[in-house]
Amino acid sequence: MTPDTRDREINEGRVVVERFSAWFGGTQALAGVNLAVAPQSVTALIGPSGCGKSTLLRAMNRLNDLIPGFRHVGRVFLDGEDINAPSMDTSVLRQRIGTVFQRSNPFPRSIYDNVAYGPRLNGLATGRELDHTVEHALRRAALWDEVKDRLRESALGLSGGQQQRLCIARALANDPEVLLLDEPTSALDPVATQRIEEMLYELRRDLTIVLVTHNLHQAARVSDQTVVLFDGHIVEIDSTKRLFTSPREARTEAFITGRLG
Amino acid sequence: MPDGGGYRHFHDELAVLKQKLLDMSERAESLVDLSVEALLERDREKAEAVIEADRELDRIEVEAENLAISLLALQQPMARDLRFLIGAIKVSSDLERVGDHAVNIAQGAVRLVESRAMTPAVPAIADMARRARAMLSDALDAFIRGDGALGRAVGKADDQVDALHEGIFRTLLTHMMGDPRTIAPSLELLLVSRNLERVGDLATNIGEDAVYLAEGKQIRHRYDEGVA
Repeated sequence: MTPDTRDREINEGRVVVERFSAWFGGTQALAGVNLAVAPQSVTALIGPSGCGKSTLLRAMNRLNDLIPGFRHVGRVFLDGEDINAPSMDTSVLRQRIGTVFQRSNPFPRSIYDNVAYGPRLNGLATGRELDHTVEHALRRAALWDEVKDRLRESALGLSGGQQQRLCIARALANDPEVLLLDEPTSALDPVATQRIEEMLYELRRDLTIVLVTHNLHQAARVSDQTVVLFDGHIVEIDSTKRLFTSPREARTEAFITGRLG
Repeated sequence: MPDGGGYRHFHDELAVLKQKLLDMSERAESLVDLSVEALLERDREKAEAVIEADRELDRIEVEAENLAISLLALQQPMARDLRFLIGAIKVSSDLERVGDHAVNIAQGAVRLVESRAMTPAVPAIADMARRARAMLSDALDAFIRGDGALGRAVGKADDQVDALHEGIFRTLLTHMMGDPRTIAPSLELLLVSRNLERVGDLATNIGEDAVYLAEGKQIRHRYDEGVA
């Protein structure tokens, strides 16, 4: 089975965070967070700087583990499996949960090699099958038409918006169930931002997407569910439609109308 | 935090819009008063003053709506600010309509002055005008302060205004059946009562907008009652 033709169970990609607290050294970053993210949906994490939203995102594929002094209690489940269990292989985990960061970070290699990197590493595809995987990932990231004639050229020659979509294609090439994005458009112009938002709208049909954004309108435009964090606590989780028109919590209201602080 | 300067500018503009609504409300209330005075005192000058002053209300309505639209477009507000701007557009339109009802009453007063007919005494009209005006004032307070309880109270007060309208209709019917010469003036007074009853309905709408602003609930036509 090639990665992109694998028939996925409709329930794959469910992320559940249970009573999760985290510390960096003596500083607490998250306090007793509970969150369920449904498959085939977009969840936006919003809140003031330092509220813990990136830490929460990174907890979903154990990226915090790499930071000295990090410790946590509580659990994170992917499709019912505890991702912090000793039996969990982090390279398999990160194949199932792809991540895209604020600054696009393509490898200094060709466009093709960037996208082929994961499938080669994970032994998912070779030869013509790999070509097919690369093309499919670039198409899903809405980049194929722009790069199909220069796949062997350096990825560093692409524009900022194209590089970011390349990084998304690179994550998609592993056929993940979940895609985590940490402020993916904060360095992009409005046109490039719109392309990425439209792409997320397409991708949510078969992926679970969790997005950290400082752009409240982006959260409002692209997400189904919005989570508001303050000082490491979740203060409100609701459908995006409800949260941006009639939030239940005064602190949410203050934050999204710019009256906080 | 997002850019505080932009938000401060936005909040200043919101204050300007609130002031415009308060200004409109004050004018609309005094037009209702003046039109009923013109009617009760058979004062043609007051009636003409109502018709003249309504133009100013129309002008402020357009200004308020333009300001609300530009704030929606430029600031893309959310949550309470969004509910306030949507409400402000509806409230300014309702207040403008109140002015139109006052004009209708004033025009009725002019016709009664011109007809010199015997007009039946209907003291309930003054009572109705006082209540409708108070409802308007409360509705605007509720909207500006975001006071949901006061907004709901306006809707309750409307029941009394509706009851007065019913009573006036029956009184006038009795007059008309008793003496056909009172038919023309009675119909004028019935129209006045009908216009005051509509002012009460518009105040009720504004009260409902205040509830939506304060609580995010649509109480019109009992829409959110099943949900809440």
